[in-house]
Amino acid sequence: MKISEICDILEGEIICRADLTDTQVNAACGSDMMSDVLAFVKEQATLLTGLVNPQVVRTAEMMDMHCIIFVRGKRPTLQMIEMAEDRDMVMICTELEMFTACGKLYSAGLRGGSGK
Amino acid sequence: MEESIKLHYIVPGDDFTRAGAASGDVKRTLKELGVSPAVIRNVSIAMYEGEINMVIHANGGEIDVEITGEDIIMTLRDEGPGIENVELAMKEGYSTAPDNIRTLGFGAGMGLPNIKKYTDEFSIDTELGVGTTLNLRVHIQ
Repeated sequence: MKISEICDILEGEIICRADLTDTQVNAACGSDMMSDVLAFVKEQATLLTGLVNPQVVRTAEMMDMHCIIFVRGKRPTLQMIEMAEDRDMVMICTELEMFTACGKLYSAGLRGGSGK
Repeated sequence: MEESIKLHYIVPGDDFTRAGAASGDVKRTLKELGVSPAVIRNVSIAMYEGEINMVIHANGGEIDVEITGEDIIMTLRDEGPGIENVELAMKEGYSTAPDNIRTLGFGAGMGLPNIKKYTDEFSIDTELGVGTTLNLRVHIQ
């Protein structure tokens, strides 16, 4: 699924790197605990989170993620946006809650990982 | 690679927002060297969790990374309080991190288990009141 399709499904707003929204995403992981995210192994995954601090971007960086989605109307800080721009990551904001956002993406065919 | 590459980092203990900068730098270096993405991810995640641990528990520390043709060897050293019960600390979900750390997205008790999971060799030297050293190795092939 393309990042642009994810944004449409979540009625989201692109915050940065709109030039990269054709990038393909194969899986998704939703969590506010970054250590849980770091236990998740999947190629080309996207992160859904309600957490707002620079470690969200660092965690996505370590996991080679290309897209971070902020749920529940959370907004990344300017510092976070600059970090994401440098790392070629798209940021999306949605007003949807975590459960609803994950459910919509799952219904559209996006899957989680095994966590192994 | 004929000669090994050695990198040294000081992890400041007072700035949570900067934690992970060393791991990001190692990740970029490995990428430039053409190391496979899977190996780079294993190294970055293990080192990042270690770096976060240093900031949460030990007021920072130092990291040495050696990249040889066969392995990436990481030594993470701190002068923090030491780990009272290593066996418990290795259990997924066990954490001694303060509550304010959980609001930052860490302290879920996954740090050391994640580090072990992403490395080929893993050992902990720890002494109460003296500090902790993690010795990590990831094979390149």
